[in-house]
Amino acid sequence: MNNAAPKAIAVNKAVNDVIRNDRGRLMAGLVSRLGDFQLAEDALQDAAISALKHWGRSGIPDNPTAWLMKASFNKGIDRIRKSNREGQKAKDLSLIIEDKETMHASEEIPDERLRLIFTCCHPALEEKSRIALTLRTVCNLNTREISDAFLDTETTMGQRLSRSKAKIKSKGIGFAVPGPEQWAERLNTVLSTLYLIFTTGYVFGDTGSRNLCLEGMFLMRLLDRLQPEDAEVEGALALMLLTQSRNTARVSTSGATVPDSEQDHALWDAELLQEGQELLARAVQRRTPGPFQIKAAIADCHMEAPEPDWAQMLLLYQSLWRFEPTPVVALNWAVVLAETGQADLAMQKLTELKDVLGEFQPWHAASASVLRKLNQPEQAAQAYAEAIDRAPTEADRLFLQHKMKHLRT
Amino acid sequence: MMGGFFAANEKMQADGVLVDGEGLQGIETATSLRIKSGKVETMDGPFAETREHLGGYYVVDVPDLDAALKYAALIPSANFGTIEVRPLMDYNPAG
Repeated sequence: MNNAAPKAIAVNKAVNDVIRNDRGRLMAGLVSRLGDFQLAEDALQDAAISALKHWGRSGIPDNPTAWLMKASFNKGIDRIRKSNREGQKAKDLSLIIEDKETMHASEEIPDERLRLIFTCCHPALEEKSRIALTLRTVCNLNTREISDAFLDTETTMGQRLSRSKAKIKSKGIGFAVPGPEQWAERLNTVLSTLYLIFTTGYVFGDTGSRNLCLEGMFLMRLLDRLQPEDAEVEGALALMLLTQSRNTARVSTSGATVPDSEQDHALWDAELLQEGQELLARAVQRRTPGPFQIKAAIADCHMEAPEPDWAQMLLLYQSLWRFEPTPVVALNWAVVLAETGQADLAMQKLTELKDVLGEFQPWHAASASVLRKLNQPEQAAQAYAEAIDRAPTEADRLFLQHKMKHLRT
Repeated sequence: MMGGFFAANEKMQADGVLVDGEGLQGIETATSLRIKSGKVETMDGPFAETREHLGGYYVVDVPDLDAALKYAALIPSANFGTIEVRPLMDYNPAG
């Protein structure tokens, strides 16, 4: 009798779809022209509300993204006009309006998401803010979804987001891709940020309503598309794909973590594995080695059949050390030493690391496993207890408890 | 060491971004001033324990933080101290 309700639902869905799929592109274009993250976000919000009204009346436009871009841009200018009491911004505005004319001329929206990603991942912002801002701006996660992923309250995360948007403006962080002399370092910050999004999802599972592993892979694939043929981008994507391919095999039916070497290879995702290996091979051929390619190669060695290629990993950790001489790399290196029959040397390295890594859960887990190899069950049991206390997930706890129980067998 | 400063100055000048810059004498030469209930108090030196102190400054005119950081990295003190990069105060934020 009345088709208003289903129509309203269809329009609502159309608006949400465009924003979900194209938010990064819209935000990139708006920040680029309006020069302000918060203004861009508010303008897009205003435009989404207009879209509900207009699309409901005159139908969904042929190019909904372009429609939203134009509408958001106009809303942004309205907001500038309103906040501009004395009209001093007239000069800036006329420039913007000129830009608007050229925008009308072309339906094509230039993809400025590379600049957006580099701006969100600027090293002048805190690490957690980089992650939050990237998820909010490029992936369209809302404040609640981001706070869920980090076990923060929504208010704290909201404040963090608005502080970082204000910082971009006040510190003078440009909306730009870095020049060649800063490229390698800045790219590394971007890759680390995207990789952290992925590992947060991987380690803590899906605590929130959005899957951070998938968001991390989406972002890395996007970066690979925007900046093709970069060995480190390919290496970082390969690392994610290889890790993700083991996703279902890493937890047993009883809910305990299964180490790579004991996983059922049939449970590995063959498609992701193959894509990851091919990507890594392509990256290595470019002959510009970097930390992410090395880490991907290490992940690949772990998946070697019938057992992990520890000897090769020893060499890879040596190369990685040249890029990242960090305690965490030293810790992993020690674990590989123990696997290649050098448990004594491994224990020596672990002892040296105790001061810096004494509160780090993997240090205790590694110590337990090396002490077990050295036939020191009592000290191993103590280390297992420390590792169990600090375990990040229930699955890790179950796995370590099992190892501890079978120490003397 | 001075050579490093000369090189940094030259590069900033050649790129046309250098507005101003000076080295400062040590904190033992400083005189501090503050106004307390309308009266000017002058004191010898900063007596606050300062682990770091300002040794000099550069004013550069560049479009964004990245460009400023690039020039800051040329200053030799970056190798043993810290270079703090800040935008100048904008006295007319609306314009």
